Amino acid sequence: MNFENQGVIKRLADQYGPENLAVVLGNGETSGVEVFAETVTEGDPSYAGPLAGVALKIPVYHVLEPEVTESVPENLRQEKLELSSLVIDVEPMRQVLQASREKLSTARL
Amino acid sequence: MLKGKKVIAIGERDGVPGPVIAECLEGGGFEVVFQVTECFV
Amino acid sequence: MSNFARPVHIGIDGVFYSLAHVPQLVRFGSKPARELVDRPSLQDELNGSLRSFTDAVAYAAHQTFIGNLTPEALRACKAPWFENSIEGASEKGRFGDLVDQGSFYRLLAQADQFNLVSLDQQWLAGLSRGVSDGQRLQLRTSDQIAALIQKGALPLGSGKRMAGCFEPGHAEDVNLTADILLENLAAKATAAHALSSLMASLQMAPMDVDYVISCSEEAVGDRYNRGGGNLAKAIAEQAGCMNAAGTDVKSFCAGPMYAMVHGASLIQSGLCRNVAVVAGGSLAKLGMKFQSHLEKRMPILEDVLASFAVLLGPPKKNQPCLRLNSASFHRVGAASSPQGMAEGLAEAPLKKLGMKLTDVDRYAVELHNPEITVPSGSGDVPRTNYRTLAALAVMRGQLKKDQMEDFVRDRGMVGYAPTQGHIPSAVSYLGHALDALRAGRIKNSLFISKGSLFLGKMTQLSDGCSFLIENAEESWRSNVEG
Repeated sequence: MNFENQGVIKRLADQYGPENLAVVLGNGETSGVEVFAETVTEGDPSYAGPLAGVALKIPVYHVLEPEVTESVPENLRQEKLELSSLVIDVEPMRQVLQASREKLSTARL
Repeated sequence: MLKGKKVIAIGERDGVPGPVIAECLEGGGFEVVFQVTECFV
Repeated sequence: MSNFARPVHIGIDGVFYSLAHVPQLVRFGSKPARELVDRPSLQDELNGSLRSFTDAVAYAAHQTFIGNLTPEALRACKAPWFENSIEGASEKGRFGDLVDQGSFYRLLAQADQFNLVSLDQQWLAGLSRGVSDGQRLQLRTSDQIAALIQKGALPLGSGKRMAGCFEPGHAEDVNLTADILLENLAAKATAAHALSSLMASLQMAPMDVDYVISCSEEAVGDRYNRGGGNLAKAIAEQAGCMNAAGTDVKSFCAGPMYAMVHGASLIQSGLCRNVAVVAGGSLAKLGMKFQSHLEKRMPILEDVLASFAVLLGPPKKNQPCLRLNSASFHRVGAASSPQGMAEGLAEAPLKKLGMKLTDVDRYAVELHNPEITVPSGSGDVPRTNYRTLAALAVMRGQLKKDQMEDFVRDRGMVGYAPTQGHIPSAVSYLGHALDALRAGRIKNSLFISKGSLFLGKMTQLSDGCSFLIENAEESWRSNVEG
């Protein structure tokens, strides 16, 4: 994740509290998703950006996961997401993100 | 887990761009506090 | 019935691509330059992962870019390409070439009219490749070069020694610093080389070019007019097109498609007999993903400055043409979603012509080399684009869902263009498209490019432009020629 966006997320976490935030991604491929999820939960894995060593523990979703799409009105879902759902294979991303979210919820218990 | 949260939308140019994520979620009643599109190329 | 069905054709006479292999300028790319400030020790690691010219020439993606391998042949090449060199590869291609670093420094010095570039006279004398162009070059001793570098000039390295240096253009103006001017002059020099080479390949005199459009991305100008531009005219002058005028047409990565449509329109209107569309290489993008490449223990693959030149002219019977009235632009009010882009840039132009998505033999999209982008998590850009087109065809009932992969394979191709912004955007396929059209292997190709306008923080919009190319049914009997 680029450093500028890391900086914005850090600022928003300060402003709203990380527990009140969720990140929703639109990545096309799984490889990018892992890094994004790690960055906003455990901190920047490259140890170079503003989130280096900052574990915000913000839950991360992909826009095509059912947890997200079920909240999107039918007309918007058809118009904006139908094609992407044919193009993007969300299943491997879902596995990564579910694991990441489960880790967060157990950590909180 | 998503319910009641403020959303940060991070789109990708060749996936789903930020404004599209934001529009879909706002349509679903979420508050989107930041949206951006990353471009890797 | 609209008149779109009657084609308006503009001839595409030829194209030339060039790759300047500049491993020792990778450090001046935006990403490496910033990282090196934080961690100067990175320089050794970076130096250890640079490719030789021989390796860059034998790289299958480069051989495809300059026309010695077809995209179909590339698909059959063993991956990773950087470990499976093409035997007997030549730096001269069917419609392009590779230029080594020393030759690039000379092109840079020849393009310099403001004494920015100094070359080491000893280094120049020792070049194995013949030096016939000593004119106007600013030559200095090694000691003088070292002193200038000490004072802030950028080092132009060659192996373990200095080939020269690059001085700032102004003491205070932040738009004329050495790094910005190196970026701009590199674009000028590489584009002029592509244009000169195109002229030679077409056996055409540069004096016969009417107009030059540059779609290079660099912001040329001083502190009062940053990005003011007209690099086109500088490129035209350098290539000897003394009767040509010129202007820049930019839209990030979508620039080349717009430039071709504008050029074709100048010809269609009768204002110009021919137009050259050119673009130089993007220094800022060198080594953009070098950290991922280092992590994966790969050579740094973003080590070339890519340029191209295309000549447009009157259409000729049975020769490849741009179908001008097929051109489509991404409108301000149109959706920026992948679906909106595909509808506006692929479906809309085809609909105008009474065609379906499955009537196009080959799509040219952004052809970023996946070997460069996948290691950094950026994915396989052309593949995603082809899947998007296939998905739209599925949604329109023109294709079954289980045929998507066939569509991607048969109407698409693997990416082979260096990640040089505007260069990969469809225009990279033009050389192969001309060959395939002339040989009758394809009957048409739809060129689609996209631009990320939001990067400039002026709008959230995306952009895009597309057009169909095919063979002309007849030559022009136009007021321009007659």
